[in-house]
Amino acid sequence: MSVLIEDIKKAENLVHKKSSVLTDKVMHYCPGCSHGVVHKLLAEVIEEMGIQDKTIGVAPVGCSVFIYNYLAIDWQEAAHGRAPALGTAISRLRPDRFVVTYQGDGDLAAIGTAETIHACNRGENMVMIFINNGIYGMTGGQMAPTTLEGMKASTCPFGRDPQTDGNPLKITEIVAQLPGTNFVTRQAVHSAAAVRRTKKAIRKAFEKQKEKTGTSFVEVVSTCSSGWKMNPVDSNNWMEENMFPFYPLGDIKDV
Amino acid sequence: MSELRLMKGNEAIAEAAIRCGADGYFGYPITPQSEVMERLMELRPWESTGMVVLQAESEVASINMLYGGAGCGKRVMTSSSSPGISLMQEGLSYMAGAELPCLVVNVVRGGPGLGTIQPSQSDYFQSVKGGGHGDYKLIVLAPASVQEMADFVELGFDLAFKYRNPALILSDGMIGQMMEKVELKPQQKRWTDEEVEKMHPWATTGKPASRDYNIITSVELDSEAHEVFNNKLQVKYREMEEKEVRFETTDVEDAEYLIVAYGSSARISAAAIEILRDKGIKVGLLRPITLYPFPTKEIQRLGAKMKGILSVEMSSGQMVEDVRLAIEGKVKVEHFGRYGGVIPSPDEVADALEQKLIGG
Ligand SMILES: Cc1ncc(C[n+]2csc(CCOP(=O)(O)OP(=O)(O)O)c2C)c(N)n1
Ligand code: SF4
Ligand SMILES: [Mg+2]
Repeated sequence: MSVLIEDIKKAENLVHKKSSVLTDKVMHYCPGCSHGVVHKLLAEVIEEMGIQDKTIGVAPVGCSVFIYNYLAIDWQEAAHGRAPALGTAISRLRPDRFVVTYQGDGDLAAIGTAETIHACNRGENMVMIFINNGIYGMTGGQMAPTTLEGMKASTCPFGRDPQTDGNPLKITEIVAQLPGTNFVTRQAVHSAAAVRRTKKAIRKAFEKQKEKTGTSFVEVVSTCSSGWKMNPVDSNNWMEENMFPFYPLGDIKDV
Repeated sequence: MSELRLMKGNEAIAEAAIRCGADGYFGYPITPQSEVMERLMELRPWESTGMVVLQAESEVASINMLYGGAGCGKRVMTSSSSPGISLMQEGLSYMAGAELPCLVVNVVRGGPGLGTIQPSQSDYFQSVKGGGHGDYKLIVLAPASVQEMADFVELGFDLAFKYRNPALILSDGMIGQMMEKVELKPQQKRWTDEEVEKMHPWATTGKPASRDYNIITSVELDSEAHEVFNNKLQVKYREMEEKEVRFETTDVEDAEYLIVAYGSSARISAAAIEILRDKGIKVGLLRPITLYPFPTKEIQRLGAKMKGILSVEMSSGQMVEDVRLAIEGKVKVEHFGRYGGVIPSPDEVADALEQKLIGG
């Protein structure tokens, strides 16, 4: 007996629906990249909370510079590292809006460290999403502030040597220490369960914004299969074995 | 109600900002302009007009806060002095590229480097030629009095929004610090969020169901499309050159010599012209009020009748290049300047004109 696809495509059989906040544009991300998954979660949270008309996003410079092509909310594209400064002004001038910044590790924890620390320390009312893939994806795999010791990148081709290259930076632990943050968590999207937890964390970060009690910070430890020069499956395994011990998952602060 | 007051140029900037209905000021302290933010903090406009005032962690952050605020269609401004303005150049380039309006005040001090806190006009090139990366221009206003410091705040915002381009008030430590009588305009209302959404449909205010979502950006990876965008900017700059040139002339009707000077130098030159006229030397003054767009045509027209032209600047010779470009070699153009924070006296200017244009 043959089954027609039309017979399967019934409302009662649907297990997944594309968020209405996602556009139809084809994402430019490499196979196995975490960015696309986090975009999808962000879109779902915005849709489920019914805040598409009240959310203003700030895009970084990095692989996710074109996030504004994929989520149908108002967006501003910031200079490299400056998203928290833009977010600060947006949130102060439009306190009736949800503000979300989205940044990579080079953007948030190297060139934009000052903006990150000071926005979190002032407790600007915004959600900050931090994609930590331990590498500069966009520019072709150079060392990031979060590159692990011994990890290879194009500007540390023999592996990061803390003696000469400095140490990997746990910026999330730093912002958790600051009085201005109300929720700081570290998640990942390497498994179905982890994806669900990350979505919950993003939702919680947005819910926290209703209290107007400061910055809600969500790190997502991420894969960059191109920068790491691994296939998507190996990337996930490598992340579990190497990234998670140094960047342990879970809530760091919740006040 | 208008009000007549005695105050510093820097304080006039702060008072005028509140009165013209500015939405936000974001800044970082630096001499000789810290009074701007100090006065704003004393006046507490967030309690009266709702204006936001924030001391940022750096000028890099300040200018990017302006980007965020301007992107929401708000009237946002900052002030700084030379080293701080250098730090803002990346942000200004991004704002020009994203077509965002804002107002920046540079109370110039002598450079290069940390330089001096004394007045200077050595940031002319940086101000009028773009300053950051890429093909763009700032609208540049040059006040020569405390009154103009106040008046140019509103004018700067108006021009910035008219052209969706950053505007710069190019002042200096002398105008910023000196006290003069100033007439302050009555308090105007800030734009409401609803007004902003109507007036600036490009702003990121939260996407209602009735419109597509807005994107404020300066990135365009397709070179052909990016050339088209750059052409759009150039059309805007040609329109500014056509419509927005502002200048003032004095004593030019019978003049045989012309001084071109802006800001503080224009005031010193006016005194020098009195000295020279007492000696029977007929000198006139052309004071550019907009440095970009530059009064090229007027300098050409007036300059053609002159025996010689002197560009007086507190720099080693920057604006003189634009005067020479305007004159195209038809008349002798010389430069006189003191710099590194030194203010020339009217006598020095008068002597320089005699020596350089008339011959010892
Ligand atoms: C001022 C400036 N310096 C350098 C760059 C080049 N650049 C673009 S993206 C990037 C790093 C991006 O890495 P990350 O923030 O980790 O994002 P990812 O691509 O990994 O998601 C760099 C150095 C730039 N655009 N601007
Ligand atoms: S280079 Fe890395 S971060 Fe960029 S899209 Fe590819 S996998 Fe993702
Ligand atoms: Mg990265």
